[in-house]
Amino acid sequence: MSRHVDLLIVGAGPAGMSAAIVAKRHGLRVLVVDEQPSPGGQIWRNIENLAGTPRAGLLGKAYGEGAAVVGRFRASGADYEPGTQLWHVEAGAGARAFLRRDGAASSVRAGCVLLATGAQERPAPFPGWTLPGVMTVGAAQIVLKSSGQIPSGPVWIAGCGPLPLLYAMQLLQAGGMVAGFLDTTPPGRSREVIAALPAALLGAPGDLLKGLSWIARLRRHVPYIRHVAAIEATGEGGLENIRYVTADGRDATVEARLLLVHEGLVPTIHPTLALGCRHVWNTDQDSFAPALDGWGETSEQNVFVAGDGAGIGGARAACLRGELAALRIAAKAGRLSEAEAEALALPVRSRLARALSPRRFLDRYYRPRPAVFIPPDQTIACRCEEVRVAAIREQIGASRPGPNQVKAFTRAGMGPCQGRQCGYTVAHVLAAAEGRSVPDVGLYRVRPPLKPVTLGELAALDTMDALS
Amino acid sequence: MNGEAIDTLVVGGGLHGLSAALQLARGGRRVTILEKSWVGRHASGATAAGVRTLNRDPAEIPIALEAMEMWHGIEAIVGDGCGFQAHGQLNIAEHAHHLPKLESRLARMREAGYAHEELIDRAELLRLVPAISPHCVGALIARRDGAADPHRTLQAFRRSAEAAGVTIREGVGVDAIEPAGSDWRLRTEAGEFIAPTVINAAGAWAGKIAAMLGDDIPLGLKASMMIVTERIAPLLKPVISVAGRPLSFKQSDQGTLVIGGGLQGRADIEAQKSFVDFQELSKGARAATDLFPSIRSLRIVRSWAGIEATTKDHLPVICASPNAKGAFHCFGFSGHGFQLVPVVGAIMADLVIQGGTQRSIEGFGATRLMWQCAAA
Amino acid sequence: MFRTLDQETGETLTVHVDGRPVAAIADESVAALLLRQAAPWCRTTPVSGALRAPYCMMGVCFDCLAVVDGVPSVQTCLTPVREGMRIERQQGRPDVTP
Repeated sequence: MSRHVDLLIVGAGPAGMSAAIVAKRHGLRVLVVDEQPSPGGQIWRNIENLAGTPRAGLLGKAYGEGAAVVGRFRASGADYEPGTQLWHVEAGAGARAFLRRDGAASSVRAGCVLLATGAQERPAPFPGWTLPGVMTVGAAQIVLKSSGQIPSGPVWIAGCGPLPLLYAMQLLQAGGMVAGFLDTTPPGRSREVIAALPAALLGAPGDLLKGLSWIARLRRHVPYIRHVAAIEATGEGGLENIRYVTADGRDATVEARLLLVHEGLVPTIHPTLALGCRHVWNTDQDSFAPALDGWGETSEQNVFVAGDGAGIGGARAACLRGELAALRIAAKAGRLSEAEAEALALPVRSRLARALSPRRFLDRYYRPRPAVFIPPDQTIACRCEEVRVAAIREQIGASRPGPNQVKAFTRAGMGPCQGRQCGYTVAHVLAAAEGRSVPDVGLYRVRPPLKPVTLGELAALDTMDALS
Repeated sequence: MNGEAIDTLVVGGGLHGLSAALQLARGGRRVTILEKSWVGRHASGATAAGVRTLNRDPAEIPIALEAMEMWHGIEAIVGDGCGFQAHGQLNIAEHAHHLPKLESRLARMREAGYAHEELIDRAELLRLVPAISPHCVGALIARRDGAADPHRTLQAFRRSAEAAGVTIREGVGVDAIEPAGSDWRLRTEAGEFIAPTVINAAGAWAGKIAAMLGDDIPLGLKASMMIVTERIAPLLKPVISVAGRPLSFKQSDQGTLVIGGGLQGRADIEAQKSFVDFQELSKGARAATDLFPSIRSLRIVRSWAGIEATTKDHLPVICASPNAKGAFHCFGFSGHGFQLVPVVGAIMADLVIQGGTQRSIEGFGATRLMWQCAAA
Repeated sequence: MFRTLDQETGETLTVHVDGRPVAAIADESVAALLLRQAAPWCRTTPVSGALRAPYCMMGVCFDCLAVVDGVPSVQTCLTPVREGMRIERQQGRPDVTP
């Protein structure tokens, strides 16, 4: 009953699609599974339907670039299953992945697994962030890409990084209204990161200039408040007011129905954590990423990671990392010699270095302010179980508990999101209170399933096994 | 570092180690617990926390019944109710052919003079558990049984142990044990600990500790798997098991369904890790959805496997060491030790302080498992 | 909270939100549809009963849960609309009492 493929790719974004194209070129049997209904990942979401339409135009050139990759992926001959969730994966000799699609669970065995699961927006808790009317910028952009929707009234945008700027520009162009922009980038950043600028300018001068021009245009059109240090959302059953405080002490409250927030991205590491892969702390990106060799192989043999899941690098880098992983996997399967793989990888590696060259500058310039990591005590840290920062603090005593003990005693991280929204917050709060580093404190142990499978679906796995 | 004041070292900060330490401290001993990772890291934190006398081995019944009385007054012992609720435990007969086994069990209990188990018919079963599939025909029930909240229980035992003067050292694993005059010297990364009395409550690692003390006690390993669902509205109150099926089933205070039944995952004792085997676990999901068809669409939020030591007869080891003077064993609960926690702590205090106990522990000696002793 | 762009003229179909017929656009997610409704929330939490609305729209946060065709706790951001679909806002803990 269990299928077998040479390569299972989880995620049909830039990395997953690029890897599939290369792997098929070298004759591997490839299965690509993806949660979304169509290929492209979050960056190129719904590109197949939108390519050539006015909406694709307003989403910009980088969005449009996805059409060609999706086209090549569709033509590659890789098996592709959309609307499919990976809920468990086991490594070892012949990896086994457990999937669910349309209410049915199944498993597939694979010679290699490539996790191209991308990134999620960094959880950025603040008081009131669970109110209806507070969403992420990425969420609003997904709604624009996938459903052609924009906020019906003036929207407040708060955050740090290129995405809030990009979305604000797209929204204005689409006829939407921005009530105000709360730039949460801390003061003094230009000075601090100047050393990283030359590399970024050499690598991607266009991107940086584009960013500066966005800020200039935005400041002409909407209230633009810099150095916002604290945000609070209030309302009865939905957002009514936003209070913000700037680094120089300006304290203001504005009426609002919709607040979009964004504080950067962090790699999706639940699958690699569950597999027991070794992870490393990336100081510039304030996040963990799996430890990888030059091809993207993790500490678990035959488990590879490519794309933003390997560390935030953007779509171009993701494609190249996907290609590198596929070359190595093809070599492992005997479809290429080691020397051939190395030769094919050489130009890919140099393009990857160029694609990653602005990273250090961007990461350091847009490093989130401290309150993103350690929000005020009354803030809900765990959205699922509604556990506040104060309750986490109460656990800290002489025994210096780790995240798993805090989880057991407060239920933070026990909800359906599996700690995806509160894991870093708990780690930061514990680290600060116990005088430890975040990598030393670490994250919750991941307890499967990675995504909730139903009892009925799991029960059916028993029957299927009996039949096979 | 090694505090001259210590007279009793407890190896293992699980519930049994905490309970023993608590009772010993209340008996005047100066106790330190050495826990290699943290309190409740393995079986005690992974338990379904069933408080069950139902279907216990006859050897365990006397102490299980005493433990049940203690659970009904647990707040007086540890200052907290531990989330214990006595809504009964039921062993379901799905079909008529399952009933004879339950009936003969009941007959054996009556013969031995026990009244805590009784047989109920389908009507009473449906009254107690309206959500159960109507194909079930009856059940064996222990009405005073129930379940507790494992994390609350851990915290309550920990706090009361500390309040009684117990020192808990977490992150301190024992690397070696050697005699030091009439005392024992325990070597750890955090230095040496010396005391005349050592209690081995090291759970899955108890065999290693026993060997360090000179007792070669063969033990097996269990990695029993558990499933927890999303929170749902109240569905049932008693704890359910099923004759002939791998299932234990209850709803927690939070509303989650907690599903176990002894299905085995994998344990890596060296890495101190355990792994869930979903193909195997699917049998538990199947049993649960057969008994409660309306839960099929519920999401599984978490699953895990807890590591514990088993013995060949599935009875615990609760005794003074046969070879090491001043050493005592308390492990091998084989997946059903939670209910016994309060009474075993009291037994350990008896053994250490009085040199013996009135409580019935004849079946729990280590020598029954030590074949080389038996052969000698 | 959201509206469709004027330029959009997708194929429409009819779904039911809490029993009332609502026009939906082919391929959109249930979560996107809910964001366009007058009451843009999708559930109350099982812990405190607080209102929640879709938050991340990419399957990570599990805040967009709702009852879809009788199945509770469906991630609506990952669920495309279908003709005749019955969507109900999820009130607290799902009740599966038979």
